[in-house]
Amino acid sequence: MLKWLFTFAWRDSRGSRAKLFLFVTSMVLGVAALVSINSFGDNLRRAIDFESKTLLGADLSMESGEPFPATIEAIIDSLGGIQSRRTSFSSMAYFPKSNTARLATVRGQEPGFPFYGKIESDPPEAADTYLFEKGALIDGTLMAQYDIEIGDSVRIGNATYTVSGKLIQTPRETAAIMLFSPRIYVPLADVDTTLLSIGSRAEYEIYFRLDDIEDPDAIVESLSDTLEAHSIRADTVEEERSNWDQSLTNLYRFLGLVGYMSLLLGSLGVASSIHVYIRQRIQTIAVLRVYGASSHQAFAIYLIQALGMGLVGAFLGSAIGIGLQSMLPVILGDFLPVDVEFSVSWSAVLIGSAMGIGVTLIFAMMPLLDIRNIPPLAALRTDFDQENDRAKNKRAKWLLFGLMALLVTVIAVIQAPTLTMGLGYSATVAVVFALLAGTAKLVMRFLAAKPPSGVSFVIKQGLANLHRPQNQTLMMVLALGFGTFLVSTMIISESTLLGQIDLASTEGKPNLVFYDVQPAQVDSLVKLVEESDLPVIDRVAMISMRLTSVKGISIESMREDTTSELSWAHRREYRSTYRDYLTESETVLEGTFEGRYSGTGLIPLSVEREVAKQLEITIGDSLVFNIQGVDVAGYISSIREVNWRQMQSNFFFVFPEGSINDAPAFHVVMSRTETPEASAMIQAMVVKRYPNISSIDISVVLTVFQAIFSRISFVVRFMALFSIITGLLVLSGAVMISRFQRIEESVLLKTLGASRRTVLQIMTTEYFVLGVASSFTGVLLSLAAGWGVSRFVFEANFIIPFGPILLLIASVIGVTIVVGQLNSRGVYDKEALDVLRKET
Amino acid sequence: MDKVLEINGLTRTYKSGHGSLTVLDSVSFELMRGDTVSIVGPSGSGKTTLLGLAAGLDAPSSGHVKLCGYDMGSLSEDERARVRNKHVGFVFQSFRLIPTLTALENVTVPAELQGRKDAEKEARFLLEEVGLGDRTDHYPAQLSGGEQQRVAMARAFINKPDILFADEPTGNLDTDTGENIVKLLFQLNETAGTTLVLVTHNLELAAKTARIIRLKRGKLVPEQNEAVAHA
Repeated sequence: MLKWLFTFAWRDSRGSRAKLFLFVTSMVLGVAALVSINSFGDNLRRAIDFESKTLLGADLSMESGEPFPATIEAIIDSLGGIQSRRTSFSSMAYFPKSNTARLATVRGQEPGFPFYGKIESDPPEAADTYLFEKGALIDGTLMAQYDIEIGDSVRIGNATYTVSGKLIQTPRETAAIMLFSPRIYVPLADVDTTLLSIGSRAEYEIYFRLDDIEDPDAIVESLSDTLEAHSIRADTVEEERSNWDQSLTNLYRFLGLVGYMSLLLGSLGVASSIHVYIRQRIQTIAVLRVYGASSHQAFAIYLIQALGMGLVGAFLGSAIGIGLQSMLPVILGDFLPVDVEFSVSWSAVLIGSAMGIGVTLIFAMMPLLDIRNIPPLAALRTDFDQENDRAKNKRAKWLLFGLMALLVTVIAVIQAPTLTMGLGYSATVAVVFALLAGTAKLVMRFLAAKPPSGVSFVIKQGLANLHRPQNQTLMMVLALGFGTFLVSTMIISESTLLGQIDLASTEGKPNLVFYDVQPAQVDSLVKLVEESDLPVIDRVAMISMRLTSVKGISIESMREDTTSELSWAHRREYRSTYRDYLTESETVLEGTFEGRYSGTGLIPLSVEREVAKQLEITIGDSLVFNIQGVDVAGYISSIREVNWRQMQSNFFFVFPEGSINDAPAFHVVMSRTETPEASAMIQAMVVKRYPNISSIDISVVLTVFQAIFSRISFVVRFMALFSIITGLLVLSGAVMISRFQRIEESVLLKTLGASRRTVLQIMTTEYFVLGVASSFTGVLLSLAAGWGVSRFVFEANFIIPFGPILLLIASVIGVTIVVGQLNSRGVYDKEALDVLRKET
Repeated sequence: MDKVLEINGLTRTYKSGHGSLTVLDSVSFELMRGDTVSIVGPSGSGKTTLLGLAAGLDAPSSGHVKLCGYDMGSLSEDERARVRNKHVGFVFQSFRLIPTLTALENVTVPAELQGRKDAEKEARFLLEEVGLGDRTDHYPAQLSGGEQQRVAMARAFINKPDILFADEPTGNLDTDTGENIVKLLFQLNETAGTTLVLVTHNLELAAKTARIIRLKRGKLVPEQNEAVAHA
């Protein structure tokens, strides 16, 4: 009997295979997305495992914000192996050829590193030669931006280097990281040491290649207390590998979730198509029932067809997914630390296919359940009463609905980086789907209950199409609405984030910051800026310090006490200032801001709210800071709220005037330029005269943020595209399936005297309203989601980018109309007689 | 088993709006093996409802149907389907061929549902019998109305049914084709010794059966002595 069921299912699909194939295409992209992303993820993990040593470039590394103290140097000596040191710092790089300057991360490197893998450069030999010829390797983007060629010179501080080559890739750094701050590699021996003077931020690193018998993780474990006491971070291959593994797994799993969305949408499309398909098969099923087929046999025949669709979809999706996978390294390349070799991960293909088949089958079950309600009597009467039987199926449908929800949640939890994210994702999908479905139902109910009066025949007919039997309004709104929702949320998030840093154009606010200014240089720098007709908006002293005790308990003892936990606020190095006023970005929440220090007793301090929370301190609590070896005691006199988005020098701690004025400090001077040229000119002028002074042009920072975000959003949009295309495929399927009904209507209208134009206008009205309902609902939901993202993720002001959103709405409507019309082409051209004959 | 069909106090009521509508009201009759009977009556008199109930396609509101010894009311939907498969043949007004199957495949369906190995051989034989031996691989859309109805008859006879229900078998055919179909139907019926239940508007056709059951507003009109005329 099983064989017969399969044979009959195959025979019954004759004449509908093209249609069934079209239904299947709506789930193909979802499977493709999952297969490509999971397969890519597997390859990525393999690449990271395989190249784990090249990720760090060494067996062990140590990093410190200050030169290694004698204790640590002794440990370094005792560790032996082959060692290579590196000192990294931010500094202005001045290019004499173009008379331009740009803030860069300079890495002073000793020969040897990396011990595993290599620095990739163009020409390749430059990665070695620069170390011995006072050369420099410069980030490719920076070279292109400033038109630097090999052989040109670059000045950093008082040292001038010859550009040996272009930096392509180095251990521990991805292209995306380099976008934040371009890298310049120079020989450590040739670094201008004055740039590493007090107050300048530098990272001192040492890399080890140990003997094979040594276990780097065991070494770090045994030294952990000493290292922590000196604020030294140690890193091993295993730790580096697991960090990358974790963050990259999160990345591709997140993308997988977006792909999973396409699969869900596609499956809904399949379910909706099967629903209509089964309606068209009522007579066949009834005849089978008349001749003795049981309801289970009839059900099994169409379940087999659904299974076949799932298999075809899984196969095609896997094939496309494997093809797409080769594109992912190109799209994600900037975020990856290693080159990913292309190879097919069969486990990913299997999982993707299984998900595709499983989700298709379970979504197809819902319409297939109706088969059990088709009585043999339907062969005699077309107006058979199905309502009574529907009630019988209610329990089965609810059960199935629960199973669907469970499956969707389980897959989301498996796919998501964390359980909470998986559950949150399922909940969000459920809410968005429910709201979209609610909107669709509301539109249909409203149009059915209150057909518009006083409008033209064309509009009346077009609107009626949205709620007539076998309409696809619900599916359309779900599929297109969700795609719109994803893209729109991305656009809103992007503009909200960029809006926060788009301060360069704010009148009167500084957009050019000079820092690392030595006390003796402040006055002459201010003079230089003012002579260039630029305003000096602010000048602030910055003093580096660390906390040594909080509320009378030393940080040292807190570190030793395993019961107390040290927060970042306990451990960090602070840069504080002294002044007798509050800035525009500061508001006192508690206590009184003391602007002046009398010279005796504890110093009144003002602390930022979040730091106060982390340190668990309040008004009156005492603190001790260590400033360059000198302990300075104070108490909290006020707690401030700081608006960090204001382009201002903001501080966690503000000391009063007269308290730490004599401490070793460096200064920040802020100015404003109106044009990029003026900004470039003053920066070049300053760096030429004071090589140690660095500057940041906020508009450059903005450009960098834009570049980073555009790469991230490109990846997300690429994934969202799957949903949009799936939506359009579902639309095509829906239009195709109701094609005969449309032809009949068109013929009747034609017979009654409607022109081609009228028929086209009716269809356009229908698709227009579908597009409007889908895109507006999607956008409205995305506004809510965007608000949530801005409020809880970015903690920023919510900004609505009206232009791009309107463009998105117009595009969705336009594409819906075009796809709808394309699939309906030829409907008008059918001869009336052909159609009427077919009816009998 | 001489009694093939026993109908006793059969009533079918449908819910309609706030009230209920009785389409068939306390109908009783019996048919013996080899009987030929027509059910006639105006539109809405309950002919098709009676046919559906008698063949176990629908469940009565009250009363009993005993088909080939089975009390249809006590059987489940699927058990009734098995009884139909084994004992009942159908011919519909609009043929009801499965459009995606060829003529041969349409005929084999009831036999294949029984798991019969000789389904194809038997189907070919029956198609030869109805004069369509050369059209076995044609789809319904490639056949004329008369040809489609012949395929439907071959399908109806493939499981050698004890009783054949025919619902307006000539309703969708022109006069000449209709006459040929009727001839064939009675011929096959006689050869197989099947009980024939014919639902029709056509009194001329009804007159070809041994017995006529008249329905009016859901009730049986007392039978009169009809002029018996076999085809």
